[in-house]
Amino acid sequence: MSLPHLPALRKGKPYESLDKTEVKDHRTGEILATVSQVGAGILRKDLSRIGEARDDLRKFTVEQLIAISAKAGDLFLNAELTFGDQGHLQTPQQYTETLSRTSGLPHVMVKRNMAKIADALFNMRTVLNGLTRGLDMSIIDIGYGEQAGCPVSYYPTTNALGLVMPSNSPAVNSLWLPAIALKTPVIIKPGREEPWTPYRLIQAFIAAGAPASAFGFYPTDHEGSGEVMKTCGRALIFGDANTVAQYKDNPKFECHGPGFSKVLIGEDEIERWPEFIDVIAGSIADNGGRSCINASAVVVAKYGREIAEALAKKLGPITPLPSDDPNAKLSGFANVKMAEFIDSAIESGLKEPGAEDVTAKYRQGSRKTELGGGVYMQPTIVRCDSFKHTMSNREYLCPYASVVEVPQSEMLEQIGPSLVVTAITKDKKFIDQLLESPLIERLNIGPISTMKISWNQPHEGNMFEFLYKRRSIDFA
Amino acid sequence: MNSQEQLDNHLREIIQWHFSPETGCPFWLEWMSKNFDPRKVIKTIEDVKKFPHFEDEWLRDLQPEVWIPAAYKGRPFNIFETGGTTGMPKQRIGWEDYKTDYSEFSEKISDEHFPRGGAWLMMGPTGPRRLRLAIEHLANVRGSSCYFIDLDPRFVKKLITNKQFDVAKQYMEHVADQAAIILKNRKVSGLFTTPKLLEALSEKVDIYASGIRGVFCGGTTMLPQYVRFIVEEVLENRIGFYPTYGNTLMGLAASVPLTPEDKYSITYYAPQPRAVLRVVNPEKTEDTVEYDTWGRVELTTMTKEFFMPRFLERDEALRRKPRAPYTWDGVAEVRPFGAMENKIVEGVY
Repeated sequence: MSLPHLPALRKGKPYESLDKTEVKDHRTGEILATVSQVGAGILRKDLSRIGEARDDLRKFTVEQLIAISAKAGDLFLNAELTFGDQGHLQTPQQYTETLSRTSGLPHVMVKRNMAKIADALFNMRTVLNGLTRGLDMSIIDIGYGEQAGCPVSYYPTTNALGLVMPSNSPAVNSLWLPAIALKTPVIIKPGREEPWTPYRLIQAFIAAGAPASAFGFYPTDHEGSGEVMKTCGRALIFGDANTVAQYKDNPKFECHGPGFSKVLIGEDEIERWPEFIDVIAGSIADNGGRSCINASAVVVAKYGREIAEALAKKLGPITPLPSDDPNAKLSGFANVKMAEFIDSAIESGLKEPGAEDVTAKYRQGSRKTELGGGVYMQPTIVRCDSFKHTMSNREYLCPYASVVEVPQSEMLEQIGPSLVVTAITKDKKFIDQLLESPLIERLNIGPISTMKISWNQPHEGNMFEFLYKRRSIDFA
Repeated sequence: MNSQEQLDNHLREIIQWHFSPETGCPFWLEWMSKNFDPRKVIKTIEDVKKFPHFEDEWLRDLQPEVWIPAAYKGRPFNIFETGGTTGMPKQRIGWEDYKTDYSEFSEKISDEHFPRGGAWLMMGPTGPRRLRLAIEHLANVRGSSCYFIDLDPRFVKKLITNKQFDVAKQYMEHVADQAAIILKNRKVSGLFTTPKLLEALSEKVDIYASGIRGVFCGGTTMLPQYVRFIVEEVLENRIGFYPTYGNTLMGLAASVPLTPEDKYSITYYAPQPRAVLRVVNPEKTEDTVEYDTWGRVELTTMTKEFFMPRFLERDEALRRKPRAPYTWDGVAEVRPFGAMENKIVEGVY
């Protein structure tokens, strides 16, 4: 059979471009599919009439779209779905294998990400309840109503949600899922090595009964990505600190950059530190250490050396395994240059006095290593003398964390903005300070992995508040 | 006489002209005194390889008078400059060449798309470029007049080099806005513009409804998918599209009408015998590359007004086989030389 080809989807309609890219196995270079590329002009053309797609979604109630989302979750997880325009179908296992081969994620992690996405779809009602703080969803259908005895009216801020997706973690797709139930078409520029997840999700939604016109899938170049960001009334941004900095004060954009998530251990609990090593290690290394909610710093009142040593002893020996090994914990790098960059950045940071790669003695071979033609980064735990050290607050696409000793009274002054903070403490005063801190997006009190998220509490931005605004209303 | 014989005859005539003291220009006569007498050794187009590559500095550094053929002495000339160059531009002098090129091109466009007597609009680089007079001449030859909206490609190039993308976009909008005003207030049926400006204009006006029936386009790279977008979505398959490849130094290479087999890959054919395009191996420029292979574009211009052998363009292209009505090689999918390796600033021109 011919090679699968993923067309662009222009308001749901497949479009085969003359310009195609190849998506390859990150180890062997084997071409797994071709993907149609479209230019910025096509995006502008389609976006100028995107209101029609929104009208198609408005024909459904939120309630109906929640049911469609749940069905889409089931199909995404279990069904054989359309895969491109050459007559191919894709089973969940094929999806797992293909994604693993291009992104470097081992099967076990792909499946975990898949389950996470499906969960978001199954729990859409809970998600929306959390985002809207219990708003009666018929108010979105009608445009106005009453909540807690007050008249309320909401209007959409945009006709489409733009997404320039990264390739590093399929679960980030769960961020846009509520947009469909909130009647907002999506314009997705997929990551170069990861077109699979958004494409499969779109097919699942369509098979579940969502209008195809609500989905734009536009593999495009830099100019096209810019057009997605500029022309959609609202867009999500994924990128490094520099990319995110350009957009962070603009209400049109919701930024998802590095998380700089952290684990803090207060003075009251520090003597029990050996009990928390498993939770901390999981926070650092689960999902291959690729998420913004992975901990990248462990901040402790004392025993920094011992804690770093214990984490290194646990994580240091982790080596790459074949992608279908259920015990695989590391992700390969589809972009080898990224691995090289990370490795040299860590090496250069370590030259600055005051930091030590504690994992070095537990690691088999070098940090950057190869298995079966794939390139991997083995875990790195760096003990830093203080938060002034370059390596103390760094985040990389691999299991990496610093361990820094800071007196509890100075922790909040030093940690900087943190997407997730797990604070292991029972100290009421410290908890109060944490609750007051504007630096923390999601706060876990007690030994909870930073990787745990709640469907009914958004941890980074609120999609409902992003896509809808409240207005005051009165009727004569 | 076949086209090869015609070309060789033309070449010999031009060589005789430029290297004879009674008719030739100071530059080539001096060159001959230091090198060889081409009248004795250049007999066929193959022999042109005996010339070194024409150096673009000669057109920047020397005064225009060195290029005046003795036979044209005393006749005022036009000075034309190359497109988006910054710094001292290359200059070519001329008298009638542009009229010859564009009168010939007029025969290649249909009356259906460019009705005789119907007004034209040129939205593109005017200023010191040959194109401005050439388009007006083309319109005039067809019994038409032409409106002009200027675009300064040098300014755009500076903006893009300085990463002032917002200003570049504003400038493009400014240009397209002016064209939209003309189209809303005047009856125009033919349009010359660049692909990017055409796209920008289509976002402001319904081009077909405004009366345009034919678009003559040139300027930047037009890869197949982009051509398809222009044909299908900007011109909606109902406006004639005439992509061309040209510049001040060559004149105008017209394209053959697209067929389904072309898959929107445009092939251009030089206005032989006045100009010859060759796609050469950039590492060994004597060698012409195989058909359907990428190489650097080499231009030889041969008119009585101007002789320029073996000028290496800053473009690369695919070499294509002859195709009716042309009996010589074509160049396809022209793009800036090294486009695959480097980011080239092209701007809107």
